[in-house]
Amino acid sequence: MRIGLLYSRIRKDEKLLLSELRERGHEVAKIDVRKQRFGLTETTAEVADCDLVIDRCLATSRSLYATRFLSAYGVPVINSPETAAVCADKVKNSLALEAAGVPTPATEVAFTKEAAMTAIEDFGYPCVIKPVVGSWGRLMAKIDTENAAEAILEHKATLGHYEHKVFYVQEYVDKPGRDIRVLACDGEPVAAMTRSSEHWLTNAAKGGETATFDLDDEARELVATASAAVGGGLLGVDLMETADGEYTVHEVNHTVEFKALNEASAVDVPAAVVDWLELKAEAAADEAVATA
Amino acid sequence: MTESECVECGGTVALHDDLEVGEIVDCETCGAELEVVDVSPPVLDRAPELEEDWGE
Repeated sequence: MRIGLLYSRIRKDEKLLLSELRERGHEVAKIDVRKQRFGLTETTAEVADCDLVIDRCLATSRSLYATRFLSAYGVPVINSPETAAVCADKVKNSLALEAAGVPTPATEVAFTKEAAMTAIEDFGYPCVIKPVVGSWGRLMAKIDTENAAEAILEHKATLGHYEHKVFYVQEYVDKPGRDIRVLACDGEPVAAMTRSSEHWLTNAAKGGETATFDLDDEARELVATASAAVGGGLLGVDLMETADGEYTVHEVNHTVEFKALNEASAVDVPAAVVDWLELKAEAAADEAVATA
Repeated sequence: MTESECVECGGTVALHDDLEVGEIVDCETCGAELEVVDVSPPVLDRAPELEEDWGE
């Protein structure tokens, strides 16, 4: 098969995928999106003869638009632009989870400092404020006091891009020093790990220590439902364990990184992902024949 | 193992064999992040600065 890979930076995750694809004899077209132009009906990117294109753009903005263009050209792309749009935005992400009945932290959005301050006071301290677009735990704030809240809101309102004036305020979940990352293909878990830290942010990108994790039936069901809620695909579902022993899903990621998971887990993650990509490519080819 | 020159400090950067265009390597002399822009022969350029929307 000919598989396209959209990128602007080759991380270890992409190297693992490229290696697995090439070892299986697939032809891989690396497409650096920084060098491409996307017209309304055609692109400079050599995607027309790809059986499937995988979006591995590091920049969310590029991911959103590149997948939208490819989908418009009729090129099968993983993940879909619809899934990307939901996952890239924490507001859409939270709404999708809530609509699907997936437990997710209580969240409010406000558009002014004053309204945000009221939301923060209603949540009580500590609570959390997050950027609506962002990753790797950056620009997340745990707000412990009124003074801190005022300072953070002032800074966001004054210094930030307009998106930072969309104040996304969330309850603080008193998790047991760890959260859970599940990599799933259309809702079927490939592998899972915990990310532990004494810091309230436990992201692997923030230095959280990783360890393999065995999912129970409840977590598996939540992963399947959360995946479907955002449109399915190759996803990273993040769960926290609450003080009363339940799970809550705080977000689903659409250009999921898995190098840490591959090291923490006994599962050959890139092999499992490529197994699934091959199935998706075959399904896309069958669909193309059926509609021809 | 191959080598290339750091565009920041001029030092020698050791490169592994399975180098990929688009990969980032660090210069051990000056600490600069460098992007691999060609592999045969290896050519390095300054890597882009971190952008706010980068991530997963």
